[in-house]
Amino acid sequence: MLFGYEWDLSSPLAFAISILPILLTGMLVTIQATVLGFLVALVLGLVWAVLKGAPSRFIAWPAKVVTEFIRDTPLLVQLFFLYYVLPEYGIVLPAFMTGALALGIQYSAYTSEVYRAGLEAVGSDQREAARALNLSSARTFTHIIVPQAVPRIVPAMGNYLVSIMKDVPVLSVVTVLEMLNVAKIVGDRTFDYLVPLSMVGALYLIMTLVASTGVRLLDTWLPKQGIPLK
Amino acid sequence: MHWTEYLPPLMEGAWVTIQLTVYSTVLGAALAFAAGIGKLSSNWLIKAVSVAYIEVFRGTSLLVQLFWLYFALPIAGMAIGIDLRLPPVAAGVLALSLNIGAYGAEVVRGAIQSVHQDQHEAARALNFTPRQTLWNITIPQAIPEMMPSFGNLAVQNLKDTALVSLISLGDLAFRAEQIRNYTQDSTTIYSMLLVTYFGMALVLTAIMRSLEAYVGRWRTARS
Amino acid sequence: MTDDPIIKFDSVVKRFGDLTVLDELNFEVKKGEKVSIIGPSGSGKSTVLRILMTLEEINGGMVTVGGEPLWHEKAADGSLKPASEAHLRKMRVQLGMVFQQFNLFPHMTVLRNITEAPTKVLGLSKAEAKERAEELLELVGLADQASKYPHQLSGGQQQRVGIARALAMRPNVLLFDEPTSALDPELVGEVLNVIGKLAEEHDLTMLLVTHEMRFAREISDRVCFFDQGRIREEGAPEDLFTDPNEERTREFLKAVLD
Repeated sequence: MLFGYEWDLSSPLAFAISILPILLTGMLVTIQATVLGFLVALVLGLVWAVLKGAPSRFIAWPAKVVTEFIRDTPLLVQLFFLYYVLPEYGIVLPAFMTGALALGIQYSAYTSEVYRAGLEAVGSDQREAARALNLSSARTFTHIIVPQAVPRIVPAMGNYLVSIMKDVPVLSVVTVLEMLNVAKIVGDRTFDYLVPLSMVGALYLIMTLVASTGVRLLDTWLPKQGIPLK
Repeated sequence: MHWTEYLPPLMEGAWVTIQLTVYSTVLGAALAFAAGIGKLSSNWLIKAVSVAYIEVFRGTSLLVQLFWLYFALPIAGMAIGIDLRLPPVAAGVLALSLNIGAYGAEVVRGAIQSVHQDQHEAARALNFTPRQTLWNITIPQAIPEMMPSFGNLAVQNLKDTALVSLISLGDLAFRAEQIRNYTQDSTTIYSMLLVTYFGMALVLTAIMRSLEAYVGRWRTARS
Repeated sequence: MTDDPIIKFDSVVKRFGDLTVLDELNFEVKKGEKVSIIGPSGSGKSTVLRILMTLEEINGGMVTVGGEPLWHEKAADGSLKPASEAHLRKMRVQLGMVFQQFNLFPHMTVLRNITEAPTKVLGLSKAEAKERAEELLELVGLADQASKYPHQLSGGQQQRVGIARALAMRPNVLLFDEPTSALDPELVGEVLNVIGKLAEEHDLTMLLVTHEMRFAREISDRVCFFDQGRIREEGAPEDLFTDPNEERTREFLKAVLD
């Protein structure tokens, strides 16, 4: 029994049906961790992007080193680091929060590049044209640069959302009860890993399919007429 | 325990990590070529198998794949009367290669399709067979195109090897975890662990860059 | 030059969607003949070459090369059916092509660009292929460039390699698809010189699509003026260039020669 649901081991099909609610409970945690991690990655990535683009080398350079370091080290190790080291300095977070934070930090290194690439793709000729028209910097940014950068940024961010979702199972190592961890527990107790783990695989296929379709729909919905995206 | 005493077991683990990375990157590259070329095949069966492989392994999580191979596959084997129990190292290399191979396959396919139509026409005019065109004209030109993405995937793969510690394979992350359990010196041990991974990633990136320069030496900009 | 047509287009139709590029084209080239095709862009000139090189299929009519159908082959019951890849491969042996954009293989040295097909397709030994390639590089004046990569050469040099590469397959018919259109003006001469030398010294059949009117006049036995998917007028160069019969030809020549 897990989360109040009994399993039925009379046949593989009955077993699968009986543990579906359990796995869906785990899936909810997976989705929550994905969304929270994604939000952290969006915000922190923007911070990195601004720092990396800073005029001063003394800001830009350390920011580049830090993001490179984050990008080149495993999520699992970063997660362990946060989980075991933060409490030594008095910061005690629930495992779920630590996990979402680790996801967000890892992916902020990637999202910062998306922001930079998106902004840089709006060429300097556009800025020059805006200056020639005597637009203020703020207006240039909100009316000229952002509308052209957003259609470039959104699809790439969407892909990272899907990637984050696929990395959530790593959080199981710090006891977060996401979908894989739940399936593993069911397997540990019933000695049948085949059904729960296969179901997790299938549910993942469905989740990534839904998420990628959503990203694609969002992408087609975005106004981007006349913006050269290549 | 002084931190220098952590080094020997960590280096031992690092060696396992390096081996895992090399084996799974090489095997993954082979899978990437097979599935990437297979996806472009005119034979529907080869195409379907390639697409299915790519979609399943890109659409699910690496850790799910690893656990499935390690925990679920033996049970599937039992049901059909075959011993499919994999030693951790085999399950690890297999999961990593299958996963990275699926991502690599899309890179291979994209690079092959990016070779200009002119090249196909020239090959046809010189009477190459489709197979000769693929191997002598298209793929050699596609490889330099793939290299930047392959470099990223190799680093991704190096990072992913840390997950095999979860099926008790004695890699770098596993050794660090052992030391931490023993000493409770989390800050030192995890800092060392992060730095070691970072160092290995930098070396791997440098290797992939020089490989990239080597395979694309005919592309040097016109002076 | 003999009287047998080595190339024959019989009411050939080629369409791209709704656009008819070749409109029941009838056209012949005799063995050893040097024929230039001129005409406005979009008139279907290059399509003739691309059909011969089997880069474009035809939608109607019949093309024969060396007396044998190119896009058709005989079925067991004697009727004609669309050509198989094997048939096309057999027919292609007779043909070679020089491309507007050179289409050299960028990842191979000049020498390998020329030896690759003879070794892989014709089965020549490496030594034979190399010897043949060196002779051809001598012919096109690039004997000292064998070990360079295409991007290290000028456009004119690349096109001369393109000619050597096509010749290395010893085709009976060599097709030139606007061979100097992609070149800077100062590089056109060196390529035309090579083509001119070939025309003079070899009994190769040559079919040249070009915008170089003076050159076409110099080297051709016959010039065809293409317009709207048909041959509007053809004849010996001195007749066609000095005294064309058709008004369209006159307009075209006036426009390009002025």
